[in-house]
Amino acid sequence: MSAKPLPAVSYLKIPDDGDPYLEGYQCGACGATFLGERHVCSKCGARDQMKPKRLPNSGKLYSYSIVHRSFPGIQVPYISAIVDLDDGTAIKGNLVNIDPDPEKITFDMPVEVIYGDALGRKDREGNSYLSYFFQPKSA
Amino acid sequence: MSDAYVVGVDMIKFGRFPDKTVPQLGAQAALMALDDCGLTINDMEALYCGNLGQAAGMVGQRILQEIGQTGIPVVNVSNACATGATAFREGWAAVKAGLYDLVLAVGVEQMGKGLLGGAGGGSGIPREGLLGSGTMPAVFAEAGLEHSRKHGTTFEQFAKVSVKNHHHSTLNPKAMYQIETPLEVVMNAEMISYPNTKLMCSVNVDGSAAAVICSEKKARELGLLKRAVRVRASVLTSDPWQERDLVMPDVNSCTRLAARKAYDMAGIGAEDIDLVELHDCFATAEILHYENLGLCGDGEAGRMIDTGEVALGGRIPVNVSGGLLSKGHPLGATGIANIYEVTTHLRGEAGKRQVEGARLGLTHVIGLGSACGIHILEKV
Repeated sequence: MSAKPLPAVSYLKIPDDGDPYLEGYQCGACGATFLGERHVCSKCGARDQMKPKRLPNSGKLYSYSIVHRSFPGIQVPYISAIVDLDDGTAIKGNLVNIDPDPEKITFDMPVEVIYGDALGRKDREGNSYLSYFFQPKSA
Repeated sequence: MSDAYVVGVDMIKFGRFPDKTVPQLGAQAALMALDDCGLTINDMEALYCGNLGQAAGMVGQRILQEIGQTGIPVVNVSNACATGATAFREGWAAVKAGLYDLVLAVGVEQMGKGLLGGAGGGSGIPREGLLGSGTMPAVFAEAGLEHSRKHGTTFEQFAKVSVKNHHHSTLNPKAMYQIETPLEVVMNAEMISYPNTKLMCSVNVDGSAAAVICSEKKARELGLLKRAVRVRASVLTSDPWQERDLVMPDVNSCTRLAARKAYDMAGIGAEDIDLVELHDCFATAEILHYENLGLCGDGEAGRMIDTGEVALGGRIPVNVSGGLLSKGHPLGATGIANIYEVTTHLRGEAGKRQVEGARLGLTHVIGLGSACGIHILEKV
């Protein structure tokens, strides 16, 4: 079992020293960014131009849904959110620390990326995981 | 190249048939389509079979074990919710190419109840509800609210789609449900993923549909042109790159691309279409596709549903079958079931739900991942 929490997804990086961050790959030819590692750009087809890039921890809410019914064992309701990070990279995750009420949620509201335990979920070996979430940016 | 025609087509009444096997369900529709044109399996030169649930299970060959093992080539197709349309299109392409004169396309699915989708694995823990939702109602809710942010589309407007399609289904004896659902019933149904309530989600059902595709020469020779329907366009696209498509499956771009190609191929415009069967897997999705298919301008979809332009009797009736929302959505069968619906109208045989004077109809399906299939059919 790992002493440290493992990343919930491959594009979440946990340095030995320093804060966790999200990593994208950016195409040197056309500038498109992607979550996670890749070698060919699916926008322009360029090869060997992809470079890792530390993604910003702030962005805006693009779209969402309030999920009231999910698979057995998944706690509801929660907000499934599509966020455009400040550099234009699109990312999906849970929007937390806000009521799951369409009256409270506005398009383009500023959000920040926060990091925390993956809702207590552990794998079969008992490892803990670190995940990312979005929350409304404090004014 | 001469045209290809649908000469026989049919579907079973959609429902739940746990005591039947997938090949048995497929065989049922296959025989009905053959009977529709008075031909037999011995006349068929190839079979194109669409199914998702048993994609590795040689469903086409097992259908032939039910209706006649004639030794013809069988192609089994799996392409998400565009599976049936893809099977049909493969048959169309082979006839157009002159390889065969008569082929059979079958779409069939047996489904359980409950949610489809879900965020994939990869790491050691489930991601659903941790990194947003991968369930289909949520994914299509997010696509719907993208339309809201652009055009101000409301929950009520999305809900009206469901009211319309459920109303249409009361006129279709082959629909899973034939129940009126007033607006307040739709809006107050269990919320699955805002803004999609339970009555705004398509119904998981078992079903099958089949079509016999024929060359012009053979249709003439057999005297089958009278009830035949000409395939004016057959198009399949995948999703072109979009900036958010890795986190937000894009149902719009591939539909717009397919629509443009289909109208070009048919040499017509959206204004020439008399009825549309489009992929209303969720009420939110139908709104998007009015614009994606060019039935109205961008930002006008809300008006289309408010004014009843898309209802039976309106300017451009959409999903008069009841759609996936009420007729039901047996994934692999849907793409051929909508060809059955449009063909039935072009033949003037749609009974109480007949779109009067229909000459040109369009079918549309979209499979997330993504695949979009569009067919334009014309009365002969």
